[in-house]
Amino acid sequence: MNPSISQTKSAGWLSKFTQDRSLAEIFSQTAKNLSLPLIGMLVFLMIWSMAAPRVVTSLGQFPGPAQVWSQLEGLVVEHQESRAKETAFYERQEKRNADRVAKDPTYVPKIRDYTGKPTFFDQIGTSLITVLAGFSVATLIAVPLGIVIGLSSPLYTAANPLIQLFKPVSPLAWLPLVTMVVSAVYVSDDPLVSKSFLTSMITVTLCSLWPTLINTAVGVAAIPQDLKNVSHVLRLNWLTHVIKIVLPSSIPMVFTGLRLSLGIAWMVLIAAEMLAQNPGLGKFVWDEFQNGSSSSLGRIMVAVIVIGLIGYLLDRTMLLIQRWASWDKTAVLR
Amino acid sequence: MNRTHLELTGVGIEFPTPKGSFRALQNVNLKIEQGEFVSLIGHSGCGKSTVLNIVAGLHQATEGGVLLNGREVNEPGPERAVVFQNHSLLPWLTSYQNVELAVKQVFKGQKSKAEMKEWIEHNLELVHMTHAMHKRPDEISGGMKQRVGIARALAMEPTVLLMDEPFGALDALTRAHLQDSLMEIQKDLNNTVIMITHDVDEAVLLSDRIVMMTNGPAATVGEILHVDLERPRDRLALADDPQYNHYRSQVLSFLYEKQRKVEPMSPKKKADSSKTVAKSSPNETGKKSVEVA
Repeated sequence: MNPSISQTKSAGWLSKFTQDRSLAEIFSQTAKNLSLPLIGMLVFLMIWSMAAPRVVTSLGQFPGPAQVWSQLEGLVVEHQESRAKETAFYERQEKRNADRVAKDPTYVPKIRDYTGKPTFFDQIGTSLITVLAGFSVATLIAVPLGIVIGLSSPLYTAANPLIQLFKPVSPLAWLPLVTMVVSAVYVSDDPLVSKSFLTSMITVTLCSLWPTLINTAVGVAAIPQDLKNVSHVLRLNWLTHVIKIVLPSSIPMVFTGLRLSLGIAWMVLIAAEMLAQNPGLGKFVWDEFQNGSSSSLGRIMVAVIVIGLIGYLLDRTMLLIQRWASWDKTAVLR
Repeated sequence: MNRTHLELTGVGIEFPTPKGSFRALQNVNLKIEQGEFVSLIGHSGCGKSTVLNIVAGLHQATEGGVLLNGREVNEPGPERAVVFQNHSLLPWLTSYQNVELAVKQVFKGQKSKAEMKEWIEHNLELVHMTHAMHKRPDEISGGMKQRVGIARALAMEPTVLLMDEPFGALDALTRAHLQDSLMEIQKDLNNTVIMITHDVDEAVLLSDRIVMMTNGPAATVGEILHVDLERPRDRLALADDPQYNHYRSQVLSFLYEKQRKVEPMSPKKKADSSKTVAKSSPNETGKKSVEVA
């Protein structure tokens, strides 16, 4: 049998077949991709709603999914009301000031800030800003330091015990020290940022810089000898060597470290805010716990879910940045 | 104009190991003339690469030294460009950018931007790689990567071109093709070339001299074979050339009789051992090109 003839004959049929198959495959794949997580979620919600009423605390029943949802709606309403109040406050103030200036042109209007209690969504914003600030500072320290340590094996040997010593320290241990040092050192009549912000941020930095530092150092130390030889033969200077060879070569490890660091930063921040009563989601949780009303547990549960969701989104964002920064677009990143 | 261009005098090197120092090379002497093509051949682990690395400046000789045009070599530099065995292209740069990195480094302040571009493209053209110059190493084949590696080395305008088994990782057809390209380029540029190889045919075909090294430890130059075949050389015509085959058999006899590698095998009678050697390398003898594992 002549294979070329049979091939041309079957070509049309074959392509149609593969097309159909691929369509069917795509459909079943999408269904699988969507349905399995959905089933998982439903099972979880079922177990949760069945188990929750059986747990009775001094603040009432443990909230099920429905109560948590209604608490979330309540928080949204609260936030909107607070915003409305704030706008009204500023409008009143403006009007009052305008009236007084109209009566007495020499009057210098005083503008006071609205001092209402921050809502749940305000606290989310505060926490996000704090975590990003702390993480950015950690990155600015850890990546350059990791490169320097990774390039020199004596330095690595010297720094390694210190890194191993400080890496496992819990944020709660750092917090009192940081608080005291910040209060002592950061003295200013017109502070740019509040002390509580600085305390939370520094705690986050101290706890989250280690994974980036270690991974960067390891990534830099693992540059293939071949590439180092190229750099030697070309007599690249230190900076060019770092920019052209060290950084691109260690980028995957640097990002592994950054993602671990960001995860730790977010976890540490919530704990630090709870303990130090610094504004943020952690304080929200603590306040609700102290408040002890019948809706507290539901509100805390909302916070728990939001904290998890934000942690997940932060990691996804980091992954997107890694995709953008990585030269190897074929690498499977997850 | 047979002036000494590159000279290795009494070169020896010791590497520190946990079990004490290991002497890799001892008393290596070699004089190479301008424009000469020299191959280093020998069994694995005999220190060929170490010799090349010392000339490149990547290793420092423990005793003796290397003179290039009367000046001592003690650090790496672009005038002794290296073509590495595994191409060593930076995987995040395109072929063009890989050559550009070298050109920018070597001709900084000497060539204008336009001249540099022209020079990069000229070198890529020498190795017939202009069609894929904006592709990254993972998008081109092994032979093409090695071509770019050669272009990068040539673009540094080296006084001596050092090649560490440049075609070792390639299939036989690609290798033959690149060997022909290399002969052409060398004819045009008249570079001094030192090439390490495992391939007896490659050594005879390309070289003016073949430096055969004894087995390590404390390896040194065993014999030097002058290859007086007229250039340009044609691999097909040479296949039946008695002179060519004579050179070939001389290298083979050095490697397999005088310097036969004693493999650490199960201790057997002497009569047996010749058999096991023959058995252990059926592929090598079967191939057209005889390689030394």
